[in-house]
Amino acid sequence: MSLDRLIAFFTSLKLSVVTLVLAMLLVFFGTLAQVERGLYQAQHEFFRSFLIYWGPPGAAWKVPVFPGGYLIGGVMLINLLAAHLRYYRTGWKHLGLVMIHFGLVLLLLGQLATDLLSVESTLHLREGETKNYTVVDRRAELAVVDVTDAQHDRVVAIPQRVLEHQTAITHPELPFTVRVQRFMANSTVANRRGNNAAPPASDQGAGAQLTVQELPRVTAMDRRDVPSALIEIGTPAGSQGTWLVSEFIDQPQRFTWQGRHYELSLRQRRDYTPHSLTLLEFRHDKYPGTEIPKNFSSRVRLRHPQTGEDREVLIYMNNPLRYGGATYYQASFDTDNQGTILQVVRNPGWLTPYVACVLVSLGLIWQFSLHLFNFLRQRRVG
Amino acid sequence: MKNLLYKLIPWGLLAVFVAEVVALLLPRPEGGFHWQAFGRLPVLLNGRVQPFDSVGRNALLQIRGTASVPLVEKKSYEFWKHPPKLRATEWLAEVMMQPERADTRPIFLIHHPDLINELDLRGKGLEKSGLFYFAYRDLTNALPTIEREGRQALGVESSARTAYQRQVVKLHHGLTLYHRLKYSLQPEETRDFAAELHAFQQAVPPGMAALRAQQAGQPFDQAAFDTFVGFLQAYDHLMRLAYPLIVPPTAATAPRDDWRNMGQALFEAGMHGGELAPAISWLAAASSAYAQNQPAAFNAAVSAYRDWLEVQASREVRKGRAEFFFNNLQPFLHALIMYVCAFVLAAGAMLTLRLWPRGSETLRRSAFYIAVLALIVHTAGLLLRMWLERRPPVTNLYSSAIFIGWAVAVLGVVLERVYRVGIGVAAAALIGFMTLIIAHNLALGGDTMEMMRAVLDSNFWLTSHVITITLGYAGMYVAGFLGIVYVLVGVSTPLLGLRLTAEGQAETVAAERDSLSGGASLATTNTIHKALGRMVYGTICFAALFSFVGTVLGGIWADQSWGRFWGWDPKENGALLIVLWCAAILHARRGGWIRERGLMNMAIFGNIVTAFSWFGVNMLGVGLHSYGFMEAGFKWIVIFAVSQVAIIALGLLPLNWWRSFRRDNAALPAGG
Repeated sequence: MSLDRLIAFFTSLKLSVVTLVLAMLLVFFGTLAQVERGLYQAQHEFFRSFLIYWGPPGAAWKVPVFPGGYLIGGVMLINLLAAHLRYYRTGWKHLGLVMIHFGLVLLLLGQLATDLLSVESTLHLREGETKNYTVVDRRAELAVVDVTDAQHDRVVAIPQRVLEHQTAITHPELPFTVRVQRFMANSTVANRRGNNAAPPASDQGAGAQLTVQELPRVTAMDRRDVPSALIEIGTPAGSQGTWLVSEFIDQPQRFTWQGRHYELSLRQRRDYTPHSLTLLEFRHDKYPGTEIPKNFSSRVRLRHPQTGEDREVLIYMNNPLRYGGATYYQASFDTDNQGTILQVVRNPGWLTPYVACVLVSLGLIWQFSLHLFNFLRQRRVG
Repeated sequence: MKNLLYKLIPWGLLAVFVAEVVALLLPRPEGGFHWQAFGRLPVLLNGRVQPFDSVGRNALLQIRGTASVPLVEKKSYEFWKHPPKLRATEWLAEVMMQPERADTRPIFLIHHPDLINELDLRGKGLEKSGLFYFAYRDLTNALPTIEREGRQALGVESSARTAYQRQVVKLHHGLTLYHRLKYSLQPEETRDFAAELHAFQQAVPPGMAALRAQQAGQPFDQAAFDTFVGFLQAYDHLMRLAYPLIVPPTAATAPRDDWRNMGQALFEAGMHGGELAPAISWLAAASSAYAQNQPAAFNAAVSAYRDWLEVQASREVRKGRAEFFFNNLQPFLHALIMYVCAFVLAAGAMLTLRLWPRGSETLRRSAFYIAVLALIVHTAGLLLRMWLERRPPVTNLYSSAIFIGWAVAVLGVVLERVYRVGIGVAAAALIGFMTLIIAHNLALGGDTMEMMRAVLDSNFWLTSHVITITLGYAGMYVAGFLGIVYVLVGVSTPLLGLRLTAEGQAETVAAERDSLSGGASLATTNTIHKALGRMVYGTICFAALFSFVGTVLGGIWADQSWGRFWGWDPKENGALLIVLWCAAILHARRGGWIRERGLMNMAIFGNIVTAFSWFGVNMLGVGLHSYGFMEAGFKWIVIFAVSQVAIIALGLLPLNWWRSFRRDNAALPAGG
């Protein structure tokens, strides 16, 4: 294809219409897919992908059948930019169109940035509790903590991504290899009962008393996967045995190697912040005589040792706390109303939709007003 | 003379409808029991102050599907008959104060034949238009079965329930509600509540003494103890079951929403010396008077209670009175009837445009006047609702239907002012009617003025996001409807080819008028199909603007409350679909791949997209927006979508098959 034809292709209005219709189909089927696959999974397959793959149920192969969100969005973006560069004309008549499309470019880029850069985590606080870290949703990590020194723990955290894809993990801080025998993205753990129960999950640690079963990944919005893994500690002197690590097991499991003590735990990934939050009071008001929530609010104390900041903040519905590049929202609470769950989002692009909205709205109003005035003038003349 | 008649008919028809509206506003005199006074008394339910009338009305809508109980059956087509009926307030009073009579009223609607068999109800109940209504009395033997099946069905997720299970759940819910209403004012067994309370007050001091002695391990009066504990047990039971909170706070310092239910109030009175809140005595007096059929005593008690409330809680009394007025005005029902009439007249006007131009203009004018009156009533209802709720117009799915209908009616009337051919008024009337029908069905779910959940409790966002997005829906429906008119009228009649005058009237009408008045200016450059093309394009621009702004505002609200601008939530996706479709239409038109007819077909498809966005996604039942979940509507969405596809197929017929664009007709539109 010659350059001219390439330019003609990417600047054509036909391409705009085709991508718009493809985007509609994508959104429609992506929405339907949420019923079976859940919001999170469907988002990944349809919207945060370049191609959507399909294979018959049970088959091992899959073929790309439809462009994904990134591909359609990308082509749309190129089309928008290219068309405007090519056909750019100044003048009041075109100002509206330029504003609309520039706003859209900003919106698309902002969403791409959000997709790539934003990190969502949660902060669960009981009343009186203080934390300086948040927990990243749907992401686990294997923490191997050297607790030999009573003053200082040395933590090596192995993220879920690595656990899923690597079978042998070495780290300069660790004098042994962590072998992942099996990683289960969602699982259930049960106590072994009776004599003819299932074989123990592992030969060391808590797993010797437990059985583990892999489960399909959950799709409902309000539930999440509980991952487990079967870990083998490999040393130059041979295997030290297997451990079952799971989010079901609250207590870290200890073992000793070459005189040093280590603790193993599979936990949700933590992000540490330089400031800390303390929950002073959580309130959950209901309308009188009903169970309909009227308001949720968390009164928290924000402390930042470096800047010396120490103040109280009230976080409630539609009124988040924005601090240190993150936004804290009132998301949920403990059933006894003594603890709060804050959703924490770090999104460097959070401002783009606001700007884009203003641009596009003004552009649309400008453009349609022009049409309307023309129409009215024609009528008067006619 | 004849000309005068043509001019007077529209005004005459308008006068008839105005008279009906005025009749509604006039106070209704009452002999016997003053039910209206009772119905206005405020109570607290669902977190808000409302009159007894609303309690009865919403309960009856949930149980029976109607706001009153007919006492004499009539055939469903006999609309001219107005048989006696129990209004919502009277029914509620009967349930609360004379349950044994209420048990004989056929109010429980069961239409699943398997359930009727399962409950052994064949041959019982009251049949009307294929629906079976049963009295509580008929159901008493079946209660254990309903309870068992109901629990079992409630265990199934609502989206996975079968039709049978849904019916069981509905019946179970209705019976629970009915049972709770029976225990709202007094225990079900009570026959003379005032006398019972008197006995209770007498029993409190000796009973309390006996209770203290018993607890201290001293000898006590067993009889006084038993009587007292008997009362407390009964009122404890009442406290657990009572539905509305009907006893207002007495102390001036108490918080305004510190209402209690009757059981709570009586139980606490028993524990604190036996003094009753004033409301209790008057309500008990009213109940006893009702049971003994003494209207004068009943009215005196109600009026004394109201006078007391007037001083203690004037705001609540005003709220009760206003909502009672709104309930009985039924503005949306009356607007609905007027929309139907306006649509029939407008359709008549369009069909007679060529054959009988002068009559057509008379019909069109009549339709227009009635549609404007309907719009006024609709607007009044909308404003009253907003004032009662202290909220912007759209707070839930029900009110979105009311609001979409209103916005479409406004758009339609404006279009009719520009192009006076009856199309705008037909759009206003038909879509106004359909949305009000949808609203009526959504109201069967219960209280439509429920309190807003915490996350939605923001008048700012409810106003900005919800209203803009809803106006976008309204625009899409107007465009889609105009597309339908284009296809149906174009294929079956020659009307689209008619020319229009500068005033936007069809030429035949104008010619007729001009020949009458002697004028002869006919500057005609326009045809109806071109006018429709412009209307649809303009409306789609309108819809694109509001849908886009509404969608982005929704994203910003989500960013404020959930921490993400866009979450691919089904409702968000639905809104996005509308925006994408509008953009596709506008770009396709600009690129020249579609012209007039293509625009129309795409606008009709927009109806499906909008219906999916408005309702379809609620039926998926996933995501944060699924608060308006509903099951029964799915069938209707499918039927609607199929009908739209059929019209699009019709619209794709070759143009020379269209009666408006036959070869001999000079008015062929530019291209296809």
